Amino acid sequence: MSILQNSIETRNLGRVYKVRGAKKTESKKLIALDDINLSVKPGELFGLLGPNGAGKTTLIKILTTLLSPSSGSAFVSGLDVDKEPEKVRQVINMVSGGESSGYGLLTVRENLWMFAQFYGIPSDEANTRIKKLLEIVGLADRMNTRSSDLSTGLRQKMNIVRGFLTDPRVLFLDEPTLGLDVGASRDVRRFVRQWVDEDPSRTLLLTTHYMVEADEMCDRVAIINQGKVLACDTPAVLKQQLQKTALFEIKVDSPAPLDKDPIIKTEGVQTCSIVEEDGGSHLELNLAEEAHLANVIACLAAQNARILSLQKHEPTLEDVFVKLVGLSMEEVENVADDDPTG
Amino acid sequence: MSQMMIQPVKDRLTGWRLFLMSIRGRSYPRIIGMQRDVTWLIFDVLLPVGTVAAYVLIYQAVGAPSDYVGFVVVGGAMMAYWLNVLWGMSSQLYWEKETGNLALYIIAPASMMSILLGMAIGGIFSSSLRALGVIIISSWIFQVSYAVTSFWLLFIVFLLTMAALYGLGMMTSSIFLLLNREAWHIANLAQEPVYLASGFYFPVKSFPFWIAAGASLIPLTLGLDAMRQLVFATGPSVGFLSVQVEILLLLILSIGFIAGAKRMLDYMERLARREGRLTDTRK
Repeated sequence: MSILQNSIETRNLGRVYKVRGAKKTESKKLIALDDINLSVKPGELFGLLGPNGAGKTTLIKILTTLLSPSSGSAFVSGLDVDKEPEKVRQVINMVSGGESSGYGLLTVRENLWMFAQFYGIPSDEANTRIKKLLEIVGLADRMNTRSSDLSTGLRQKMNIVRGFLTDPRVLFLDEPTLGLDVGASRDVRRFVRQWVDEDPSRTLLLTTHYMVEADEMCDRVAIINQGKVLACDTPAVLKQQLQKTALFEIKVDSPAPLDKDPIIKTEGVQTCSIVEEDGGSHLELNLAEEAHLANVIACLAAQNARILSLQKHEPTLEDVFVKLVGLSMEEVENVADDDPTG
Repeated sequence: MSQMMIQPVKDRLTGWRLFLMSIRGRSYPRIIGMQRDVTWLIFDVLLPVGTVAAYVLIYQAVGAPSDYVGFVVVGGAMMAYWLNVLWGMSSQLYWEKETGNLALYIIAPASMMSILLGMAIGGIFSSSLRALGVIIISSWIFQVSYAVTSFWLLFIVFLLTMAALYGLGMMTSSIFLLLNREAWHIANLAQEPVYLASGFYFPVKSFPFWIAAGASLIPLTLGLDAMRQLVFATGPSVGFLSVQVEILLLLILSIGFIAGAKRMLDYMERLARREGRLTDTRK
């Protein structure tokens, strides 16, 4: 029953690659995915976050029927990706970052039209949809430009249009903003989010190694490293689990140096540090709950302190990753680069 | 719903209509590509004419019958199809893998057979323009005289040769699903022996019978032999088998290669998925 409710589901999914050694007779096994259990509901924008080589693309390849699992099973729209690949292909599409698909001799419109044919979209409807989508992503003026003449960013926009053109039930985006500039990445993120929000039956699985992207876009995120899912929840909950208390920084202007005692005795305050600076004091507060902030503000007001600025410190998904793995994502990638077997 | 940025697809075709649409879609780049990049006129017409000229001059130097010049011209024209099958069908899937197109073909609802058929039809169209160019220019330069006995039979032979040849190409394409850069070397290896075995520049009757029979597994061998018999006055005298027998054999080869292509494609795709080689572009 759960398979029917979920757009994507994996059960103890594993994938092992045979890697050739220095000698022909030598081969060893590389575990790309290890016992992955995930479920994604319709209407969700689900993120797979992890460093390069974590297993994100391998998982997408299995879900898009490009690769068979070594163990376990995976379902898309309730269909077994290994046993019913033809049916799965009717409801999915995929876009990868940095792909150079299509043919350079064809124009943007022709390339998109060609792919629409493979999904059974009649020419009239395909051309109408192509025009609309190119307008949305700001590529309408390049519709009749040969794709070989497009810049990397514009080409990636064309690829993204290709993915959405067929209006799949489940769309897989593998590092869709790879190589895009800040503005283009922002446009793509906004577009992707809107597409999911428009129709609750649409589902999108996104892989990224950009923390901000995952945090900003995804309803839920699975953090993956060395083929294992280390955590899976909403970005807010993942961050909340890391930090149970609320951390605030307050800058105040007061007629006299602040008295720390009443502040530390205020209900909910766990720690407090005060640094006197030119033109005021700088407080770092650790509160049991955010709601206790009102008590602190009242205490400061009682000391005739005027608040100049107030900032809440939120942990980032990078902090969550570091907590789970013990290394930053960049460090993990550097270790992998240094590993001669990697 | 009218507020939606992207509307659901209204009319999504499936079954045989999807099959035909996919053929049209994949043949389009090849057909339109011919118009956009005209360098093929030099590389695919003038250079083969140069090769044809070399053989023609040899035949003229040794005093061979004048129809031998025509044999060479027809062989030189048909070479366009063989090169297209080799580089535009079989090893094409290696390039498609490199660019990421292969993955997109696989994950689409269209069958790979329809994609390959699209490549084949586009390839036949573009190769026919090349072949026509070679025939027109060579025939004009070397004053070849044709004596066609039956246009209908010629048309049937040509169609069956194309069906069998491109069926063979589709079958070998499936092998290339598994290959990476080695695809290039294999295609290179296959190129020259076929020039010899299929009698591009001479009648295969010159071979001992069993060698010619073995060479007949290459559809071009029988196709060329039958065409030469049908378009040149002295053709029947140097024919390997009768045209009727060659048509029958070409029909069997066509059915065998196309059916084999379907089975091989299914098997190779499963194997490539299992081994993770559909998208693996490691050298």
